[in-house]
Amino acid sequence: MSISILYFARIREALDCEREQFNLTPAMGSVQDVIDALAARGEPWQSTLADEQLLIAVNQSVAKANSPIAEGDELAFFPPVTGG
Amino acid sequence: MIDIQRADFDVGEEYRQLRQASGSVGAIACFTGLVRDLDNNTPVVAMELEHYPGMTESALQRIIEQAQQRWDIDTVRIIHRVGRLQADDQIVFVGVSSTHRDQAFDACHFIMDYLKTGAPFWKKEVTPAGEHWVEQKASDRSAARKWEN
Repeated sequence: MSISILYFARIREALDCEREQFNLTPAMGSVQDVIDALAARGEPWQSTLADEQLLIAVNQSVAKANSPIAEGDELAFFPPVTGG
Repeated sequence: MIDIQRADFDVGEEYRQLRQASGSVGAIACFTGLVRDLDNNTPVVAMELEHYPGMTESALQRIIEQAQQRWDIDTVRIIHRVGRLQADDQIVFVGVSSTHRDQAFDACHFIMDYLKTGAPFWKKEVTPAGEHWVEQKASDRSAARKWEN
């Protein structure tokens, strides 16, 4: 089962990763489960995803760490927005 | 109507098209945001804007819908540029038509305040000393909160 993960702005730069296909195991039901799995890669993943300002979107809607995640979803991590 | 684009826009032409697209209106309020050439006395050479394709358009559409629910407005036009912009370049245009000026002014202001804190764009400032990501401002967050009541 896989999901797409997108990274934006300084999050992308810190991780040196713009997007990836991530293998979702049956045990992973929430965004937090995915974050934990990514953090297990070590640095810079652990610190970057522990950033208290980290924002989350699932399928292009604002989400939280406890939001559900399922096969085929698009997950995005980004900092507070600065448009306009 | 919403456009996210690299190309510059012509405010006169956008106004003309907004006026043509509007029904029977008595007011058109327009706002343009520009790249400032100074940030805390540091010269800004360029600004790089990125966005989240797909989510940007839907976030802006939701902001427009909120404005339409709150005020009696006719037509809204938003253009937001992305890519590498120079100091003094145009970044964003918001135009709103309505029967009355209060609605047009307020809806335009609301849309800009919500765009600043709710639409997935990110700015990177390029100065003679280097590049850095712009941080979201507390003043922008309180400007958006001002509309909650």
